[in-house]
Amino acid sequence: MNAEIQRVGAIVWKDLTAERRTKANFNSVVFLAGMILLLFGFAIGPGGEIIDAISGGVLWLTVLFSGVLSFNRSYEQELENGALEMLLLYPGDRRAIFVGKLLANLFFVLLVEVVMVPLAALLYDLPLWAHIGPLALVLVLGTIGFVTLGTFYAAMASRLRAREVMLPLLLFPMLVPLLVGAVQATGGILHGDLMGSTASWLKLLVVFDVIFFVAALLAFEHIIED
Amino acid sequence: MNKAVQGPEVIAPPRWLTPVGWAALLAFPAAQITGFLISAPDRAMGNLQKIMYVHVPSAWVAMVGFFVVFVASVRYLWSRDLKHDRLAAATAEVSVLFTGLTLALGSIWGRPTWGIWWTWDPRLTSTAIMLLIYVAYLALRSFTEDEERRARWSAAVGILGFLNVPIVYFSVKWWRTLHQVQTVDVTGAIGSAYAISLLINSIAFMILFAWLVGLRTQLAGLERQREAWLEEQALSRSDAHV
Repeated sequence: MNAEIQRVGAIVWKDLTAERRTKANFNSVVFLAGMILLLFGFAIGPGGEIIDAISGGVLWLTVLFSGVLSFNRSYEQELENGALEMLLLYPGDRRAIFVGKLLANLFFVLLVEVVMVPLAALLYDLPLWAHIGPLALVLVLGTIGFVTLGTFYAAMASRLRAREVMLPLLLFPMLVPLLVGAVQATGGILHGDLMGSTASWLKLLVVFDVIFFVAALLAFEHIIED
Repeated sequence: MNKAVQGPEVIAPPRWLTPVGWAALLAFPAAQITGFLISAPDRAMGNLQKIMYVHVPSAWVAMVGFFVVFVASVRYLWSRDLKHDRLAAATAEVSVLFTGLTLALGSIWGRPTWGIWWTWDPRLTSTAIMLLIYVAYLALRSFTEDEERRARWSAAVGILGFLNVPIVYFSVKWWRTLHQVQTVDVTGAIGSAYAISLLINSIAFMILFAWLVGLRTQLAGLERQREAWLEEQALSRSDAHV
C-alpha cells in the first residue's frame, strides 16, 4: 500500500513539475477562462438580474470549457519519445498512473478555479466571500467528478488523431448529472436555498464522484495497456 | 501471379437469422394493422395517439439494446473474445438508430399535443443524452483503427455510459421537479385495446431489433474476415516480389 502511494506521488510530482517549469498550459487555460467569463457577460448583456440568476451555470460552463483543455495535454506529454511505454514498463499497479494523473489534473483545475472564481465574482458581482466555505465544497466535489472522467477519457482521446473533438464528445454528455447538480447547488448557495435542496444536490455530486471514480479506476487498466 | 484469387471461406450466418428476418417482415405490418384496427382513435388525440405504438416500443428496445451493449462490453473485457465486441458494436448502432427514431416520433407527437417540438421532460431529455453518449461511442470506434484497442476502449466507454443511465435520469427528474413543470405521463391510463396494440408492437420491434443486430454482427464478422484476407494477399504478393 505504501509503495502504491509512493508511485502515485511520483506521477503527481512529475506531472506538476513539468507544468510548473513551463506554465504555458496554466497561463493559457486561465486566460481562456477569463475570456469565456467576459464573453458570457457580452452574450447575456449588462442587465444585472439575468447574470445573477444564471451565474451558477455560467461559472460551471466556464470550468468545463476551460478545464477540458488540460486533460489531453496530461497524456500528450507522454506520447513523445515513448514516455508512455516507459511509464507502463515500471513495475507496480497501473492504476497508480490513473490516480497520479487524476490528482495532478485535480490540482491544476482547482488552481485555475482559484483564479477564475474570484474573477467571476468581481465581474458578475457575486457574494463570494459571504459563502466561501460552502462554495468551495461544491467546487471541489464538482471538480473531482469532472477531472475523474476527464482523465479517464483523455487516456483514449489523446491517442487519436481527432483528439480535440473526441474528448468533449465523449466527456460532456457524461457530465450532464454533474453539471445539473453543481449548478443547482451553486445557485442555492449564492442566491438562497428556497427549496432546501442544496444538500441533496451535494449528495448527488458525491454519488457521481464515487461511482465514476471506482468505475474509471477498474476500467483504466484495459484502456492503458497496449 | 495471375492465378485466380480464391476468396476467403465465408462464415455462415447463424441459422436463426433468416427466419427471424421473415418474422420481422410479417410482424411489423401486422402490428401496425392491429394498432389501427382493434384500438379506437383516442378521444382527445384521434389517430395521433397511435404514434405511441411505435414510439414507446422503439424507446424500449433501444434501452434493452444499451443494456446488451453493457453486458457484451463486460463479457469482452472478461474473455477478450472479439465476438462480444462485434455484438456490442452492432447493438450500439441499432440502438442509436432506434433512439433517434424515438426522439423523432416523440417530437412529431409532441408538436400537435403540447404545441412544442421539444420539452425538458426527464424521459425525453435523458433519451437525448443517451443518444449523445452512444453516438460518441460509435465515433470513438470509427476513429480507432487497431481492432483490439478499439474493442477494449469502446467496451470501457460502453460500460461507463450505461452506468450513467440511471444517474442522468434521476438528476434530470429532480431538476425538473424543482422547476414545477407538469410532465405528461403517456404510459398512465391506457385501455386494454391500447395495451394489446402496444404489446404486439413491442414484440414486433423486438423481433426487428434482434434481426438487425444479428445482421449487423454477421456483417462485422465478414468485414473482419475480408480485412484479414486482404492483408494476407498483400503479404503473399510482397513475398513473391522479394
